[in-house]
Amino acid sequence: MSYDTVATFSQVTSLLFFFALFIGVVAYAFWPGNNRKFDEAQRRALGLEAEKSNGGGR
Amino acid sequence: MTDTTVERHAFSDALAVAGGGLVAIIGAVVAFKTTTPAMAFHGVVLALGGALAAIYVMTHAFGGKGYSPIDANGYFDGPIRVATVAAVFWGIAGFLVGDIIAWQLAFPALNLDMPWTSFGRLRPLHTSAVIFAFGGNVLLATSFYVVQRTSQARLAGRWAPWFVIWGFQLFIAIAGTGYLLGITEGKEYAEPEWYADLWLTIVWVIYLLVFLGTLAKRKEPHIYVANWFYLAFIVTIAMLHLVNNFTIPTSPFEPKSYIFFSGVQDAMTQWWYGHNAVGFFLTAGFLGIMYYFIPKRVERPVYSYRLSIVHFWTLIFLYIWAGPHHLHYTALPDWAQTLGMTFSIMLWMPSWGGMINGLMTLSGAWDKLRTDPVVRLLVVSVAFYGMSTFEGPLMSIKAVNSLSHYTDWTIGHVHSGALGWVAMVSFGAIYCLVPWLWQRKALYSLRLVEWHFWISTLGILLYITAMWVSGILQGLMWRAYDKQGFLTYSFVETVEAMHPFYVIRAIGGMLFVLGALIMAYNMWRTIRGDEPVDAKDQPRVAAAPELRPQAAE
Repeated sequence: MSYDTVATFSQVTSLLFFFALFIGVVAYAFWPGNNRKFDEAQRRALGLEAEKSNGGGR
Repeated sequence: MTDTTVERHAFSDALAVAGGGLVAIIGAVVAFKTTTPAMAFHGVVLALGGALAAIYVMTHAFGGKGYSPIDANGYFDGPIRVATVAAVFWGIAGFLVGDIIAWQLAFPALNLDMPWTSFGRLRPLHTSAVIFAFGGNVLLATSFYVVQRTSQARLAGRWAPWFVIWGFQLFIAIAGTGYLLGITEGKEYAEPEWYADLWLTIVWVIYLLVFLGTLAKRKEPHIYVANWFYLAFIVTIAMLHLVNNFTIPTSPFEPKSYIFFSGVQDAMTQWWYGHNAVGFFLTAGFLGIMYYFIPKRVERPVYSYRLSIVHFWTLIFLYIWAGPHHLHYTALPDWAQTLGMTFSIMLWMPSWGGMINGLMTLSGAWDKLRTDPVVRLLVVSVAFYGMSTFEGPLMSIKAVNSLSHYTDWTIGHVHSGALGWVAMVSFGAIYCLVPWLWQRKALYSLRLVEWHFWISTLGILLYITAMWVSGILQGLMWRAYDKQGFLTYSFVETVEAMHPFYVIRAIGGMLFVLGALIMAYNMWRTIRGDEPVDAKDQPRVAAAPELRPQAAE
């Protein structure tokens, strides 16, 4: 196995891996069901009342 | 208390005493064995630190003295109070040293012709004091505060959080006095020698364990986004610190060490470290502050929590590759330079996404910018964050860098980030924290915050505009050729041209120091419990959570 083969393999694998990771992050962040979950979780974490909304959950 | 709790406490007290004793012995051995006076001094400092810690634990915890780290509100805030005061103390020291060296650049005679006061020794003292001592204590204080509140859990450990805070101050003392006495690794922002590095490693690992231990105890299943930023900061700094300080000491009792890598590998490692000190220490950690203190102060949720998640993952993924832009047109392979430049430009996206998220958290509450100078400090810091994260990628473009590199433009850029973003967001957080931590119903004076805000803003503007002009002027003078291809200006002519800008910069720095002194005074009066002079002008959230009137529904 030459250096070029190893380098190509590792570059392509990392590209696919990181791209998949990015898609995963975006999917997690924008998954419709997670929206309300995030909103509730951050209000609890920050100790904010639920009704005092600035239209959150964007 | 159950029997197991008593046993656990006794064990942890004994462990703390043994640890302190061990540190004291190591310090004493070093002090006796070394042939370097400066290192002997550090041995004595270490020995005293260990002995004091052991004596404190022995006299306060043993024999049924009932030491309890828990405050009335159920949290473990003592170490946070120490770190907050330490941040202001080191901040003023660091700003002051910075201003002294700014005057030295304008009037070189001010170096007093002594080795300890030379620019070469005071400059790392300034950078370390402001980044690690001031910034580091702000991050320690806010991360311990935020992780407890957002997890609804007390800090993990009985002595460990105390060790983290005091151990960090000991590291600062050893590193800082080392620079003055001529002990340095000579790596920018990584100057401390191997033994100081080793000590910081121990402190940092305990810091990570306390943070993780607190998260593990959390009552809230979701880990709030600010904690993600803090965790990325802690873990990445640990990794950067270990790799970039991979040095081999000449002897276990001498301060000198040599780095394992050499040449361009060393340079690449150094700037991988250096730029991520910016990315993870001065950015990720302080974004944790932004994501807690802005929503908390304006009593509104983060504009878009979804954006904050994307912000986090893209920021940490992109930052780690940007380091090579510090080595444009050097022996570093061209592809690595281009890679560093490309990732720096891509950083525009998460940086501005995050900035917009922070600013828009105020939507519907913009009036607070006018009425609450603490909100203004926080928001203006985010605006500076946006400005300097726009400027940074611009300067990383090779064509721009060929003009800007090695000039004062870089210094101006760093300070728009450091003074405008890091320090302003820290001041905002400190003004929030002081009444919250000392159980006060308001800050001593909101008017003084107003003064602090305007004086330091003016100082920053003088600083960065002077450095823009001086940097670009310097870059253009360096590259000016005449018809025969000779350089138009000698180096000393460019130095002469800088002089007026150096004076303006030093005046800007002086205003910044003045602002910090006003903060220290305000903080001291608040902590002392003096009656606030303008409590009625302060928002509900200025008071400690326990003393806050409930919002009218």
